[in-house]
Amino acid sequence: MNVLLRRLAHSRSGDKGNTSNITVIAYDSDFYPYIRDQLTPERVKTHYNGLIKGDVHRYLVDHLGVLNFVCEGALGGGVSRNLCLDNYGKTMASAILNIELDIPDDLLVRMRGGPPG
Amino acid sequence: MTIRIGSGSGWWGDRVTPAELSAREGALDFLCFETMAEATVSTAQVRSRQDDTFHGYDTYLEDRMAAVLPHCIRQGTKIISNQGWINPEGAARKVRNMLDALGAHDWKVAAVTGSVITPDIQRLGTTILETGQPLSSLDQSIISAEAYLGIGAIVEALRNGADIVITGRVADPSLFLSAMVYAFDWPLEDYTRLARGSAIGHLLECGAQLTGGYFVDPGFKDVPEPWNLGFPIAEVDADGNATYTKVDGTGGLLNRETVLEQMFYEIHDPANYITPDVVVDFTTAIIEEVGRDTVRVSNISGKPPTASYKVSIGVHDGFIGEDMFFYAGPGARQKANLAKKIIEERFKVVDLKAEEVRMDVLGVDAIHGVATPEPQCEPYEVGVRIAARCLSKSEALKVGREVDGMAVSGIASTGKRVPFQERVREVIGIWSTLVPKEAVVGQVIYF
Repeated sequence: MNVLLRRLAHSRSGDKGNTSNITVIAYDSDFYPYIRDQLTPERVKTHYNGLIKGDVHRYLVDHLGVLNFVCEGALGGGVSRNLCLDNYGKTMASAILNIELDIPDDLLVRMRGGPPG
Repeated sequence: MTIRIGSGSGWWGDRVTPAELSAREGALDFLCFETMAEATVSTAQVRSRQDDTFHGYDTYLEDRMAAVLPHCIRQGTKIISNQGWINPEGAARKVRNMLDALGAHDWKVAAVTGSVITPDIQRLGTTILETGQPLSSLDQSIISAEAYLGIGAIVEALRNGADIVITGRVADPSLFLSAMVYAFDWPLEDYTRLARGSAIGHLLECGAQLTGGYFVDPGFKDVPEPWNLGFPIAEVDADGNATYTKVDGTGGLLNRETVLEQMFYEIHDPANYITPDVVVDFTTAIIEEVGRDTVRVSNISGKPPTASYKVSIGVHDGFIGEDMFFYAGPGARQKANLAKKIIEERFKVVDLKAEEVRMDVLGVDAIHGVATPEPQCEPYEVGVRIAARCLSKSEALKVGREVDGMAVSGIASTGKRVPFQERVREVIGIWSTLVPKEAVVGQVIYF
């Protein structure tokens, strides 16, 4: 069943110059393989629809259930030049949670945010 | 033997009372304050030229020290802090006076200087890391260049008996690692322990971001009493493994999830996190919840440090002019769209020369811009925010003047405030470069 990433993982974003790193952490180790297989760097770059101007690199730490997306050119030229109100990109991490992923029905009961459906 | 290290602040604007609580009840051996951002030094340089009342160090130095010093003196808690900004000696002198007023005449204060290398940067650096351009292209516009120093001078100060060490630019984790290298006498070639100590610094340096701050998501990640967060404390053993806690009775949350979010915060390659002292590999970490709000992190790995210091270079990079106005009620969004068109035409009339212009409709797509999904319904109220980055201040000032025009020459029911703050700010762009470590030496001055 397709569900929002928000129900499967949590996220945090940080800044370095014009690069935003968005960490996605699986709530349950059984969610992780499905997230890893579907949440590719290409999928992330497409989801941000042009907001990320440069490359997206993905680093995986399998045993911690962590995916770290390093997004170049995501902060409007760098924190101090960025005309966006969120010049540090602190809210970048919430947008990724809107991506829908397909997970097996038997895992639905373990999702966060209330009963499935 | 273990030592207890507390975080006193995660940034310049951080709360003071949680630091006071940790100092009073946290049984700390060391308390570390992190107050500098990438642009802090350059911003302070510009401000010191314009504002005679500015001392060049953390503007909250006195507040923070007044809150924690009585507890630290009573318990023998040493303080390591980067509140010195561009004037570590001035900050150390201020703290010296505060100690004397408290009767702690035998307490020793050290200032660590030497990170500012502005006059030498063209000789020492070569290329801008972000662009690959030669450093010489920045020559006229450079405000400050400062190296992110490591633990060397701080450890020297502690070994010479300093109770309080105040630095300028130092890599954030080094503030914490220096306490461990001093207390456990770790050799500088013991990369495993140095990496574990740096990782402890990394986890503590953003204060409450480890203990439930920047974390709550109602219904998904709930946190008790998020108005009353305690700052994190690490109890570190001689192998560099640590147990993280906070003072009992505080709100917040410390669990596997808060630790994981902070472990990867502002990290690129988790197997190669470069600090001046060591390269940290987080990928081997073991994270265990060992009690309520108590998490143990062990088994982090290390590699030898690089031969360079990272240098942050602040440059004059123009001015941003910015202002906003509001609509509410039926048609708010349509009014906002027409307002954007009016401003766009007005900028042509006044011949605004801008490097970049941005017009946001708050409540619709101001933050995520092109990545925003289609709205499900019409917003009842919206804000319109206009911002432009210009080379000159006079051009940037045009933004506010054209927004002023929307008050009586604009659209029905335009909410427009009389300006109550400066609507133009100087942009200090930040670039990075590398310099050989042997070219930069931290110095220690005692007070």
